[in-house]
Amino acid sequence: MKRKAIVDTSMCAACGCCVKVCPMGAISVPHGVNAVIDETLCIGCGKCAKECPASIITLEEANHES
Amino acid sequence: MKAKKKWYDYLWIFSLTYLILGFVNILFALLGMICFIAPLVISIGWGNKAYCNKFCGRGQLFSMLGGHFGLSRKKDMPKWMKSKYFRYGFLIFFFTMFFIMLWNTYLVFAGQRPLGQKIKLLWTFKVPWQWAYHGTIFSDGVAQFAFGFYSIMLTSTILGFLTMILFKPRSWCVYCPMGTMTQLICKAKHVTKSQTDAK
Repeated sequence: MKRKAIVDTSMCAACGCCVKVCPMGAISVPHGVNAVIDETLCIGCGKCAKECPASIITLEEANHES
Repeated sequence: MKAKKKWYDYLWIFSLTYLILGFVNILFALLGMICFIAPLVISIGWGNKAYCNKFCGRGQLFSMLGGHFGLSRKKDMPKWMKSKYFRYGFLIFFFTMFFIMLWNTYLVFAGQRPLGQKIKLLWTFKVPWQWAYHGTIFSDGVAQFAFGFYSIMLTSTILGFLTMILFKPRSWCVYCPMGTMTQLICKAKHVTKSQTDAK
């Protein structure tokens, strides 16, 4: 079972807490709008989901092809 | 796997020192202008939230106290607190209070009101603070601004500290007026940029 982190972008404050804890450097906040997760780098560890102060990052099962 | 610490990971020392200095000499409160100007300059100039993402010392302080020191319950914050209504509402409220503070400062500058050597906490409670005032070489208005500005900084630190305990360490970041404002600036910049690029 492969899990990936998903951001609810409509609620994201772009604070970057998730960026700091990601061990893979998979998260960025391009143009200061909201956090974006690089699915190819995400290992689904859940550190970002735990850290997110708004708790808007969830871990979801990824599609098989990715 | 721990990322190597960069110089800006130590900016929490600046935030902590700032809070302490306000108890020593209120004029140090003026340094807090950096925390207002820097995020604005970065978001307007570069169109990103590098201030929140990297440099914000207050965020680092909350993250340390709530995380490493375990002062946070690490629970989810209520839904209304992260809603746009609350975030934008708090931004408007915060800046309304900020402009009222500026008006009071003006009144002291204009000589229509004496210098009030007090800190106003949570926009309500007046706390005597004359022990941190040792006179000023500037006008009394400058000292009034320092008192007013430090009131805002201390108030927001208290709010951030409370939500740090109740919810996640950096809960303040969700409704931080500076963060909300710089995100709005970034969004506006990004939208206009992608519109002009599309033309």
